[in-house]
Amino acid sequence: MVVGSTELLHLLEKIADRIEENKEYLTELDLAIGDADHGLNMDRGFQAVKARFGGWSTQTPSQILKGVGSTLVSTVGGASGPLYGTAFLSMGQAIDGKERIASEDLLPLAEAAIAGIIKRGKASAGDKTMLDTILPVRDALSSLLYGGEADAGAAIAKAAREGMESTKPLLALKGRASFLKERSIGHIDPGAASACLIIEAAVDFLREHA
Amino acid sequence: MKKILNAPGSVVDEMLQGMTLCHPDIVVRLEGHSVLLRKKKKEGKVALVSGGGSGHEPSHGGYVGQGMLDAAVSGEVFTSPTPDPILAAVKAVQTDAGVLLVVKNYSGDVMNFEMAAEMAEAEGIKTAMVVVNDDVAVENSTYTTGRRGIAGTVFVHKIAGALAEQGASLEEVKAVAEKTIARVRSKGVALTPCTVPAVGKPGFSIGESEMELGLGIHGEPGVRRVPIMSAGEIASELLGSIIEDLCIEEGEEAALLVNGLGGTPLMELYVLAGNALEICAAKKLRIQKVYTGNFMTSIEMAGASLSLLRLDDDLKSLLAEPARTPAFIQ
Repeated sequence: MVVGSTELLHLLEKIADRIEENKEYLTELDLAIGDADHGLNMDRGFQAVKARFGGWSTQTPSQILKGVGSTLVSTVGGASGPLYGTAFLSMGQAIDGKERIASEDLLPLAEAAIAGIIKRGKASAGDKTMLDTILPVRDALSSLLYGGEADAGAAIAKAAREGMESTKPLLALKGRASFLKERSIGHIDPGAASACLIIEAAVDFLREHA
Repeated sequence: MKKILNAPGSVVDEMLQGMTLCHPDIVVRLEGHSVLLRKKKKEGKVALVSGGGSGHEPSHGGYVGQGMLDAAVSGEVFTSPTPDPILAAVKAVQTDAGVLLVVKNYSGDVMNFEMAAEMAEAEGIKTAMVVVNDDVAVENSTYTTGRRGIAGTVFVHKIAGALAEQGASLEEVKAVAEKTIARVRSKGVALTPCTVPAVGKPGFSIGESEMELGLGIHGEPGVRRVPIMSAGEIASELLGSIIEDLCIEEGEEAALLVNGLGGTPLMELYVLAGNALEICAAKKLRIQKVYTGNFMTSIEMAGASLSLLRLDDDLKSLLAEPARTPAFIQ
């Protein structure tokens, strides 16, 4: 797998489309335990990312990821803006100077995203947040390094989806859902769901094109 | 959804435009941003900046003016503003004395204001931040987000604003804001949900004979759903939790804020206020000042919250200071 700037922009377009297609779904999830704005906010952010593609075509993957981060910070709002924004900014920093992203960069990218999200949001595993989707993906990537997995993409997508599903029975400890206490139980966390959509869209693209 | 709108997407912009046109002697719009600024910038004074999602009008733009805020930053409906407009507001109002950010305790607000404060500090602007968490409906814990900030925030704007107006330092203004936060508690009930314009349907559904106890101000459900109570029972339920948590004792002085959530008429708020004052009198609390009206709303939600501020001599005199803003004049 090798992803240059052109492929990265295509991948980001897939993510933006996936978010747009699932705008209502994310809003429905947020209606249950939040304030019904997650779908709208994420879509606004990724449409803004798409609108900036023209200016990014000559940039390195690192610069593009940082551009995505600052675009999300300044357009999404809510908690998701700083969290996803910091995640993309941190991923951009993790591959500073590289012309292409290769398979071995994926684990450091995931580690960087996680470090950024924890720094900004101070959440941990099991708090019913996006981290519950992303941490299992990191673990899947790390075990893939030891080989043996026939379909790496499937393993990563499965980790993301199971991670997202794992938030359903949890009591929210971070974010607005935490104010509902026990009433947050039984609902998938909207942030865990958007993280899953992003990872699945990226995996789908990589399986087809890279 | 039935609302007086031109387009759901432009509601925040048009609301700010309207406020600016209605109060041209008090506020101006910061060009290109969803930010209202105090019209006459006062040099050498600590500047107060607050804000958050829209849908809580008159919070926070309604509190910009003499004796309260210097700038209010509005996000989309129920969505925290991003760091860019917060930073723009800080830069527009900053003085040598520094800038105090007054933030309600929601993950989004805290993160966005923190990022803006970091950027402002990097540009050499002295900033400090306080986080309001007055809602007793939410248990406080080191491991959770903690309590959210609701209507008690208006007391923080009023008291910190009054001290800033007197020329106090950033450290002093921050300290009095923190003291106010430590001494104010709130709790609310909702009778109906509300509809975010861009979503077009209510945030939850609720039966004719039910109410949500311990709701937030974002159309989110409360902590518990209970059979509807009379005004007297609501006053007793809300004040009971507040007084217990505040550890306020017989003979102490306090201020009471009876806040409507947007869909409850003043007629009912005054019924609630009267009942609340009777309970305070029975508990021998000396209520020095009562504010009744829509101070921090949740769009058109029917319901109300009570906030009690435990006074001392400092807070009492600062609360009594004059203020002149679109929504708060005394």
